[in-house]
Amino acid sequence: MSSPERRVVITGLGVLAPNANGLDAYADALRQGKSGITHHPILEELNFACQVGGIPNDVEQLQTQYLSEEELFAMNANMIYAAIATMDAWTDSGLEVPPIDSEEADWDTGAIVGTGIGGIDTIADTLGPRTQAGRVKRLGSTMVEQIMSSGNSARVAGKLGLGNQVSTNSSACNTGTEAVVQGYHRIKQGMANRMLVGGSEGHSHYTWAGFDAMRVLNRTKNDEPEAASRPMSASAAGFIPGSGAGVLMLEDLESAEERGVRIYGELVGTALNCGGHRQGGSMTAPNPVSVQRCLRAALKMSGLDAREIGAINGHLTATFADPHEVDNWSKALGLAPSEMPLIHSTKSLIGHGLGAAGGLECVAAVLELYRGFVHPSVNCEDLHPELEAYADRIPHECVDIDLQAIAKASFGFGDVNGCVIFKKFN
Amino acid sequence: MDSKEIFDKVVEILKPFAKNEDALASIAMETSIMGDLEVNSARLVDIVLEIEDGFDIEVSDDDADKVQTVGDAVNLIVAATG
Repeated sequence: MSSPERRVVITGLGVLAPNANGLDAYADALRQGKSGITHHPILEELNFACQVGGIPNDVEQLQTQYLSEEELFAMNANMIYAAIATMDAWTDSGLEVPPIDSEEADWDTGAIVGTGIGGIDTIADTLGPRTQAGRVKRLGSTMVEQIMSSGNSARVAGKLGLGNQVSTNSSACNTGTEAVVQGYHRIKQGMANRMLVGGSEGHSHYTWAGFDAMRVLNRTKNDEPEAASRPMSASAAGFIPGSGAGVLMLEDLESAEERGVRIYGELVGTALNCGGHRQGGSMTAPNPVSVQRCLRAALKMSGLDAREIGAINGHLTATFADPHEVDNWSKALGLAPSEMPLIHSTKSLIGHGLGAAGGLECVAAVLELYRGFVHPSVNCEDLHPELEAYADRIPHECVDIDLQAIAKASFGFGDVNGCVIFKKFN
Repeated sequence: MDSKEIFDKVVEILKPFAKNEDALASIAMETSIMGDLEVNSARLVDIVLEIEDGFDIEVSDDDADKVQTVGDAVNLIVAATG
């Protein structure tokens, strides 16, 4: 397997998003600018300031097509989302889900499906209350597998018989993109032929409560959910929490060609770093120097000229940081505002999926590259004044465009950054 | 509740955990829960909890450890429910 010349391509995608389940529905929802943000009565009952969020729909009907009653007995929302998206990416890449009694392990395929806060609903609803009440015996056997951080990847390993690295990474809102980068290197180094990579996050109000308390969620649009997620707008007042899962099958090109499967695109540039909480960076704010270094490193690895990047699928959450992010892209690519690629935010449609965000948005970016469009970035008709120079670079309607390459970045609490560049496969 | 009713209720509890469909179809008192039904050993804990809830009894850890077959579970419940 070892060769320094290995190329890494994308051969499968799976997605469970607030605005659509499955690839065709997701691509259509993106094209149409369909919002997945809705009002959730429990948030109102519990006195959340932000009472809207993004949760995948109809999962209860869907999950029994993928998971047995016994498996579901030991799974929370985070694990279920991860399982469905990962199994979809597997089958989308032309592989079959092995029968339950199969004794074969696939030694060349692994999974790194990350999560930010994972099974906090299990901890808050079951583990904590029963333990505190002295009822440990009543916890049953499933607590550990539901709250261990690697539970989402571990479940999938059993469903698919994965025999390579199976683990879960975590780097806050950079998680999903970081998983893509890690999977890339494992294949590039010849340690695996295929890696299922991405991120998942459950929809627990316990996950969202901490952000609500920080006052970083938009509390001004509870009566207009679809207008609540407003990246790059003058009226941006915080992000909208989301959930779901997005997973990519990364594969060694030789393996993909031997199997004769569809190739969505090639992963040509990857970078990860941290700002060290220096130069303006902190636990919750990005060091602009590190952001630019990360973006530049991915571009350099790709071997592309900045002008070959047709679109940027940004991190762009709808906080104060959006104008800084766009400025960092401009500086890192060395392009004046008028020369910039189209720049847009998938979060404007599905909210911020936290640990799932990178996965959900990488799937969006690969679909845009493969199917030739850039989805609208909604709710920024009132563009932030610091972004005026970029006004014609921000699509408010879907743009049909033959993209040669698309860049995707994620940034997370902890001052961590990730960037990937997908290129049309030639 | 007679032994037959208890047996039927135990089978219902075991059903979602059984991986061997053939063994489940021919389930009997002597059927081994782990060996024949291929129930994951970790899930025995959950089966005991469901038996406790379903029959309103308490099962000690020592008694739970002795349950190997469907019959063991039925006999334990018969004894506890008098």
